[in-house]
Amino acid sequence: MRSEPLLTVENLSVLFPSPKGDVQAVKHISFSVGQKKIGIVGESGSGKSVTGRAVLKLLPPYARVTADRIDFKGESLLDKSEKEMRKIRGRGISMVMQDPKFSLNPVRCVGKQIEEAYRTHRKVSRKQARQKTLEMLSAVRIRHPERVYHLYPHEVSGGMGQRIMIAMMLIPEPSLLIADEPTSALDVTVQLQVLAILDDLVTERGMGLIFVSHDLELVASFCDEVIIMYAGRIMEICDAKKLHESTHPYTKGLLNCLPRIKGEAEYLPTLEREDAWLEAPLGN
Amino acid sequence: MLEISNLNIVFGSGAAKNHALKDISFRVEKGASYGLVGESGSGKSTVLNCLSGLLKAWTGTITIDGQAQAPKRNAGFYRKVQMVFQDPYGSLHPRHTIDRTLKEPVMIHKLGDANRRVEKVLDEVGLDSRFRFRYPHQLSGGQRQRVAVARALIMEPGIILLDEPTSALDVSIQAEVLNLLKRVGKERALTYILVSHDLAVVSHMCQNIAVMNHGEIIEVITKKQLAEENLGHQYTRQLLSACKGFNREIINDFQDY
Repeated sequence: MRSEPLLTVENLSVLFPSPKGDVQAVKHISFSVGQKKIGIVGESGSGKSVTGRAVLKLLPPYARVTADRIDFKGESLLDKSEKEMRKIRGRGISMVMQDPKFSLNPVRCVGKQIEEAYRTHRKVSRKQARQKTLEMLSAVRIRHPERVYHLYPHEVSGGMGQRIMIAMMLIPEPSLLIADEPTSALDVTVQLQVLAILDDLVTERGMGLIFVSHDLELVASFCDEVIIMYAGRIMEICDAKKLHESTHPYTKGLLNCLPRIKGEAEYLPTLEREDAWLEAPLGN
Repeated sequence: MLEISNLNIVFGSGAAKNHALKDISFRVEKGASYGLVGESGSGKSTVLNCLSGLLKAWTGTITIDGQAQAPKRNAGFYRKVQMVFQDPYGSLHPRHTIDRTLKEPVMIHKLGDANRRVEKVLDEVGLDSRFRFRYPHQLSGGQRQRVAVARALIMEPGIILLDEPTSALDVSIQAEVLNLLKRVGKERALTYILVSHDLAVVSHMCQNIAVMNHGEIIEVITKKQLAEENLGHQYTRQLLSACKGFNREIINDFQDY
């Protein structure tokens, strides 16, 4: 493992102006990502997706993003122009969006779209790109890549669409992948198969992975490190294996309110939110 | 008491023929909760849609309280059976206030006394009366799902069909909605049929669970069997191990059923 982290974020804040008063979606968060699997967990509205998008500068222009530092491989992303960012997106850092239905171009066949992602970043012939696309499709366990290549997004199932998205994001061979709830629309078994693909890539290619999810149990079993977010703040950063021993009331509350197969309780404990969490010292 | 026997439904014809339900039979006692689990495309929601009368082209028999049901249902049926849908963002009319949404079924069934009913049912699902004249977009997901439950309860039904009632919600909100369903289920002695892809949710709510795959019930298990992992079918075992979280070793052994 390299000592230098791939991505370092320091004191990142995101503010959305609105007529009813500004909304601070992310408040002064800092973290770093090495060549391992980091999970960002939180409820809806906790700022986990916004964090991922802010790193890639994909937020709408009216969003006010401030940070002391966003460094990727030693280069600051903060003062990169839009043109320079386009080189980083895909090749350096790529992002898998949540819903394949809205993220794929509906009027182009999926093979061409994956090919485009490759040709944007590499100088290769069309034939080579096509070959690589087919290889990538089989790498994400699609059984008949030749047939799937010519399908349109509406002709593929949700699980397959998600795998196509992952193939598209992985084909430029990024050093860091941000996966924003890549598997929440999938069946449990397919979900695990897709995660296995990502897991292999992290171990084989030394890719970094930021895995954004609302599923605490899944993140605890899949990732190496977990960042727990609540209301735009990091509540705690802990080792995934020690998540169940966490003492933070929010983490404990989230874990407790999950129904268990072996559970006997008639009613589930619910989460009591405390205002003190909004003021608590940041980080660990 | 609710009984389904040899329920079949076929969509499409020729090459696109899809036999979505194959001889589904089960029986639910009054006041009990019955769970249907399976992955997408297994036909679990289709069973509910046949039961609720949304789908009409089925064959077989559906008996509720000793009365055989025809594909087309009358108003009396809907007073007995109500449904809560998966997506609280899509199942409430965006331009109707909560009050109007809740009063509509009361009006259709000419039950009368609408104001009192709305007040009572909002109180029962734990919503403050200040929510009564708001629109769905002013509520959070959990509050909307409470409204959806209230809309079903206002008819004072005996049977409620729940189609993935919590899968669009955060885990903390899911716990609140599940508790609400359990509490009103107990208070009103309701019969639930719960469809979900989440084994933990189903085992929390139901005593008996039918596991579905490709339109068939492959196994009926009890909550206890699930907790003890005493399962007969390989598919159920795979589903259970998948629910336990990520484990790299077992994934390569996954099979398609």
